[in-house]
Amino acid sequence: MSSAAPPEQLKAPLVVEFPFTRSLGPVQSAFLTGLRERTVLGVRTGSGRILVPPVEYDPETAAELTELVRVEPTGTVTTWAWNPEPRTGQPLATPFAWVLVRLDGADTALLHALDAPGPDAVRTGMRVRVRWAAERTGAITDIACFEPSGEGARDVEPAPHTGEFDRPVTGIVAEARLDYTYSPGRAQTRYLHGLAERRTIGERCPSCAKVYVPPRGACPTCGVATTDRVEVGPRGTVTTYCIVNIKAKNLDIEVPYVYAHIALDGAGLALHGRIGGIPYDQVRMGLRVEPVWSEDGRYPDHYRPTGEPDADYDTYKELL
Amino acid sequence: MSAPGRDVAIVAFAQSDHRRRTDDLSEVEMVMPVLHEVLRQTGLKTSDIGFTCSGSSDYLAGRAFSFTMALDGVGAWPPISESHVEMDGAWALYEAWVKLLTGEADTALVYSYGKSSPGSVRDVLTRQLDPYYVAPLWPDSVALAALQAQALIDAGDTDEAALAALAARRRADAAANPHAQVTGARPQGDHVVAPLRTGDCPPVGDGVAAVILAAGDRARALCERPAWIRGMDHRIEAHALGVRDLTDSPSTRLAAERAGAFDRPVDTAELHAPFTSQEVVLTKALGLGDGVRVNPSGGALAANPVMAAGLLRLGEAAARIHRGESDRALAHATSGPCLQQNLVAVLEGDPRG
Repeated sequence: MSSAAPPEQLKAPLVVEFPFTRSLGPVQSAFLTGLRERTVLGVRTGSGRILVPPVEYDPETAAELTELVRVEPTGTVTTWAWNPEPRTGQPLATPFAWVLVRLDGADTALLHALDAPGPDAVRTGMRVRVRWAAERTGAITDIACFEPSGEGARDVEPAPHTGEFDRPVTGIVAEARLDYTYSPGRAQTRYLHGLAERRTIGERCPSCAKVYVPPRGACPTCGVATTDRVEVGPRGTVTTYCIVNIKAKNLDIEVPYVYAHIALDGAGLALHGRIGGIPYDQVRMGLRVEPVWSEDGRYPDHYRPTGEPDADYDTYKELL
Repeated sequence: MSAPGRDVAIVAFAQSDHRRRTDDLSEVEMVMPVLHEVLRQTGLKTSDIGFTCSGSSDYLAGRAFSFTMALDGVGAWPPISESHVEMDGAWALYEAWVKLLTGEADTALVYSYGKSSPGSVRDVLTRQLDPYYVAPLWPDSVALAALQAQALIDAGDTDEAALAALAARRRADAAANPHAQVTGARPQGDHVVAPLRTGDCPPVGDGVAAVILAAGDRARALCERPAWIRGMDHRIEAHALGVRDLTDSPSTRLAAERAGAFDRPVDTAELHAPFTSQEVVLTKALGLGDGVRVNPSGGALAANPVMAAGLLRLGEAAARIHRGESDRALAHATSGPCLQQNLVAVLEGDPRG
C-alpha cells in the first residue's frame, strides 16, 4: 500500500483540568485570611518598603519577611489597561480596566480589576477603593474588584499587625481548566480512519523497515517520516502481560483482568490491549489473539484467543 | 557570561513557515522537516551530534510529554546525549553553549517549537503566573502587556501613533522574510486591550526553529562564516508586576553587559519583543541608536511561535552573519510576563577579507 490522499482531518475537544491544592506560607496565609476579614496586610522589607501583596521573601535580598502591617483599602492607580472583552475566569464579566493599584500605606502595586463605566473614566493616578466580595473564603478573589473613589490620597503610616486571625486559611485550591481542540496529525489520522474500517494500518520506516503500530509519524530510531502504509493483523501474539487487580476510576471493567502487549502479525512492535474471553490466570506469553471490535466499530475493545496453537518464543522474542 | 577558553559558533539555522494553524500535523510532523533542513546545511547526521537540547511547553497544545514525542524526529537511537527545557529554545541554546564550553561536546543540535493553535495561548500563558495572587484573576498575556504599554505612555516614552508606526515598520521588514506569518501593510485594528491594538500584538501561530552549534575548527569546517558566540547571559526580575518598573528592563541591560554587548557597538539587533511597546522598552534599556538595524526579520510581530520565537532571534542574527550582512549582532530572547526574564547573546563573524 502506498500513501493515499490526505483523509479528512479529525478533531475532538480536549479539556485539561488541574485543580492544584496549594499550601500557604505564613505571610501568604495572613494576607489571604486578612482579605476574608476585609483587612489588607502588607509586609515590611529590610529597607523599610511595604510590599502589597506581601511575599514570604524579599524580592531584592531574599531575606525572610515577617513584619506585617495593615494598609488601607483605598489606593491610587499606577497603570491601567481597558479590557473591552472579558475572558473566562476574569474578575468581571462586563468590560473593565485591569489596574495596578498602590494601596495607601504601600510602596508596591497590586494587580486587579477596576469596575468603571468606560475607558474615559479611568486614568493613571485616579483614586480607587476595594469592593469586597459578598462571600469571602481567603483568596485574592475576596477582592471582587476595585471601584472609583472620590476621596483624596491619604498619607498614612501603616499600623503593625500580628497577622493572627481565627481560623487562618492555610491553603487554596487553584482551579484551572484549559480547553483545546485536538487534532492528531497525518499519521494518526490515517491510523484512526483505518480503525473505523476495522483495519489496523501501521507505517513502515523507509530507512530501517520497521513497521510502527500505531504510527506516530516518525521512526524514533532513524528520525525520518514513516510513509508506506502496511496493514497488519488482525491476529497477533501476546508478548507479555500483567494482571490488573485495582479497579480504575470511571472504568467499567471487572477486576482482575489482563492487560497485554500484543504483537500484531506484521507489526514491528507490540501495542497495548486488554485480553478477554479467557480466565485471567490462563493468559500466557505466546497466546494467539484477535481483536473484538467495540460496538461502534471504531477501535478494538479487547482481544480474545483465536484457538490457534501458541506462537513459538523465537517468533516474538525480538518484540518483547 | 563571556566565552572562556573555547570558541563556539552558530553554524546553521532553519525554521518552519510559521502558520496560524497546523491542524494537519502532529508536533513531530511539524518539527522533523526543520531538523532535517538544519542538519542538511551542515552535512551532519544525528549520530554526529554531540548534544541535543530542545525547548517547548506541553501546555500550549495540551499534550502531556509532547516533547518526548517530538524527540522521535531526531532519531535518538542508539541513545543520544539529550536535554529539554520547558522554556523558549533560546535557553536550550544557552544550555548547549555551556555544554560545548565545558568540552563535553563539539557539536550541538538545538531546537524548539510551539503549537499554539489547539488552545487559547492568551489563557494558557496565565498559568505561568503567581498561583496565589495573580493566576486566579486570569490576566491574559495581552492585558499584562497593555499595562506595561500604558505605563510607557504615561512616562512619555511612546504613544499609540508611535507604536502603530513601529508595527508598520516591522511588518514591512517582514516582507523580505519568506517564513513570516504576518507581513506587509495591515490595519492597526481595534483595541485588543487598550492601549494595545491588534497591530501591536504578535500573531498567534505554530512554528519551529533549529540551530546547530559547533566549537573551534569544527565550526570553521561546517560553515563558511560561523556566527561566533562572544558572550551570553540571562537574568530574571521579580515575578510580582507591582514591584517592577515596567518602563525599563534592568535584567536585559545586565544580561547585555555581562554578554559584552556594550564593549563595542553592534550593527544588528534581533529583539524578542512580542508587543510593539516591549520593543520600545528593550531599545531604551539597551541604548540602541539609529545606527543599529533592529529586527530586520520583522521580529516577533511577524511570527511569534511561543517557545521558538526567542531561538528564532538568535538564528536570524546568526544567519545575517553567515550571509555577510552583519559583523556583530545582538540577539535577545524573553520569557514571562512583561519581559520578566531576558537573555542576551553577542554574535560576531570573522573579519571579511
